[in-house]
Amino acid sequence: MQKISREQLIDKAVSLLSNNTVEAVLGWKKGEFDYDVTPALFTSADKLAAEFVWDDFCGANFSKYLVKHTKKAEGKILVFLKPCDTYSFNQLLTEHRFDRDKVYAVGIPCDGMVDIDKIKTLCGEGIVAVDCTGDTLRVNTLYDDEKAINKEDVLAERCLHCKSKKHVAYDELLGEDGEVLASNRFDEIEKLEAMTPDERFAFWQNELSRCIRCNACRDVCPACTCEKCVFANPDSGVENKAAANSFEEKMFHIIRAFHVAGRCTDCGECSRVCPQNIPLHLLNRKFIKDINTFYGEYQAGAEVGSRAPLVDYTTEDVEPGEVFDRGDQDA
Amino acid sequence: MQIEEYKPLIVAFCCNWCSYAGADLAGNNRLAYPADVKIIRVPCSCRVNPMFILRAFQRGADGVIICGCHPGDCHYTSGNYFTRRRMAMLFSMLDFLGIERERTRVEWVSAAEGAKFAATMNDFAETVAALGENKRLEDLRCKK
Amino acid sequence: MRKCSLNKMDAVFAEIAKAGDLYLPACGHDGKAVYTKWQEGVCWSDAVNTVRSPKDFFFPQMENLVEFKTAGKNIDIIDIRDEKADFVVFGVRPCDVKSFEVLDRVFLQEPVDSYYASRREHGTVVSVACTKPVETCFCTTFGIDAAGACGDVTVWKTETEVFWQANTEKGETLLAKLEALTEACDESAVEDQQEKTHAIMNKLPLKDLSTESFGGGKTNEFFNAPEWKELSEACLGCGTCTFVCPTCQCYDIKDFNTGNGVVRFRCWDSCMYSDFTKMAHGNPRLTQLERFRQRFMHKLVYYPENNDGLFSCVGCGRCLAKCPISMNIVKVMKKIGGKENE
Repeated sequence: MQKISREQLIDKAVSLLSNNTVEAVLGWKKGEFDYDVTPALFTSADKLAAEFVWDDFCGANFSKYLVKHTKKAEGKILVFLKPCDTYSFNQLLTEHRFDRDKVYAVGIPCDGMVDIDKIKTLCGEGIVAVDCTGDTLRVNTLYDDEKAINKEDVLAERCLHCKSKKHVAYDELLGEDGEVLASNRFDEIEKLEAMTPDERFAFWQNELSRCIRCNACRDVCPACTCEKCVFANPDSGVENKAAANSFEEKMFHIIRAFHVAGRCTDCGECSRVCPQNIPLHLLNRKFIKDINTFYGEYQAGAEVGSRAPLVDYTTEDVEPGEVFDRGDQDA
Repeated sequence: MQIEEYKPLIVAFCCNWCSYAGADLAGNNRLAYPADVKIIRVPCSCRVNPMFILRAFQRGADGVIICGCHPGDCHYTSGNYFTRRRMAMLFSMLDFLGIERERTRVEWVSAAEGAKFAATMNDFAETVAALGENKRLEDLRCKK
Repeated sequence: MRKCSLNKMDAVFAEIAKAGDLYLPACGHDGKAVYTKWQEGVCWSDAVNTVRSPKDFFFPQMENLVEFKTAGKNIDIIDIRDEKADFVVFGVRPCDVKSFEVLDRVFLQEPVDSYYASRREHGTVVSVACTKPVETCFCTTFGIDAAGACGDVTVWKTETEVFWQANTEKGETLLAKLEALTEACDESAVEDQQEKTHAIMNKLPLKDLSTESFGGGKTNEFFNAPEWKELSEACLGCGTCTFVCPTCQCYDIKDFNTGNGVVRFRCWDSCMYSDFTKMAHGNPRLTQLERFRQRFMHKLVYYPENNDGLFSCVGCGRCLAKCPISMNIVKVMKKIGGKENE
């Protein structure tokens, strides 16, 4: 259940549309089932009333869509931002990727999103209805009676390690603002670091070998906003379309994570969209952890205009050969 | 029949202003370092894109070393400071993926340090030789 | 028709695997079904479908076609095609079996794609009738019977037994090998099972989806439909739908420079990508709207136009489950197909 209701969001959107503050609303649209929500642009109160959704399945981060929509828009676009989305929003602003004047950002509190795959694992396939308006989720399948499940059990991976309930950017806030949380998001990284290199190699070989190179992780990433990606550029020499072997799988994922290192806000979209359930966020998080360890605590998107660690330096930086020793001491 | 001794292939990215001149000096002074060290001259060590390193491994390198001016001495003032951060992050990531950390290295070699260049290459070649062939970042298509 | 008990399946798999590789859906380490080469200990998964479709067996995501070596001014062309060995793909769902027909029409028409053809020739497909279709299934829309016979051999699974029926010569050969492990039986148990499946099919949320408004000759009607804009608005331009789709058959041929020669390979391509069919002047489809439209027009209009009305979608539901923004062919058909589909 989300504390703030769908109706509150629709009321806000309708009032801003009707007084011409905004020309369109970026929101979540109802799908075929209860869980397949699609990002959409709404321009009328009727459409909002009929198709707008706000529930536990509204995980999509809209920040990146602003790049596209603000280019086309004449006036302002209303965007609903969950706390984690506001970090991406700030990061994009830092990189001058969209026009802030064309956006009306409404911060909305988030009580965590659920993962439909986890629901399927718990309740079985054939899910025809999920009701998430109550304290527990009530799930109906083709084969079983209604089941009530705890939201904690099916919370999306990234929400289990939520880093912040605080909005770092908005024009207006609905509901109450939260706090930056003491997440234990680096636990899993530490677990991997504690393994032997052979174990780590086997772990990643196993995970990355499932990659189908659909590029969804790249295309959804709010930090990946290059006009032409190096992996989509036939002149780059690495545009291979398919991962021919395990080398190319690794190269793609190392470079993808490296290109967003220091700019990644850890929003977790990459892992959410991966059709093969590869824990891609772990690669990004490893960079975040290293940056925190070696160059001081840094949260991308916490403020507009901060300098990303990889385009910055001090004369006292750690030597590349020393990262292993120093890293181990800190761990 | 004699079994050919395994010799690692090493790619060394050397910055034009310090390390490449250092390599030159090593040669002028007749200092020995392995012939399997292939030097690629770059304008500055910060020209080295992480992709270069991965592609060197792809094309058969067993070790990759990046040499630049000493911190503070960069011809472009700050290039090698960026190199230092980038490579620290990249090497840590390679290690995270279980790839031998000894296969990659950054050394600062000035134009006057011919001896250091030769010693560094000898040491690095030895380290990599001890690891054996690069198997974890190899592309079999390039090994035929 | 023949049958064997379910707990004999390991012996059956061992027998089949004697003659060549056997692949079947098994539980992968992320908990999802994935086609796996059978060996002792690999368990047949009950999942309704795998994330990756079985088109990989005949049209792999990436395959080398030919190699070149240069020496001076000479170019050596090395044919690297090898003689394929016989193999069996077990546990293919009826929708995926139908997808092979869609691929056949592309690759086996003149000029025949010899790489695909030799795999098809050596592969035996054992289909497994569905018992537990899920909410994303809509194979009935394309006239597929999820409990019907298809492929070289059809298998029906009940709680305790497995029923076998050969549909082709290849299938007869396979079943002949299993003679000792199976026994003859009548069809009544299978009919019961079919009835159960049909009963569930009738409860599926997408059962009323119709292809009536689509088919060849509809290009002008749909090409400039205003709905495309709204439908494609959120599309990320990733290739998830294409790569999980059992019928998508577009590929690219590229050269890889190995440093001492060139390997020419082909790999799946996606019409959703900005560099799809890129030519000297650029990409003929400049916007995501055009690329998005291409994918669905191809499936629902262009392909049937060239292939006697056969649609190039089989209703397996993979794109429904996997699209990062949950846009899919069902939503397109309902929106573009007009009122009767709402």
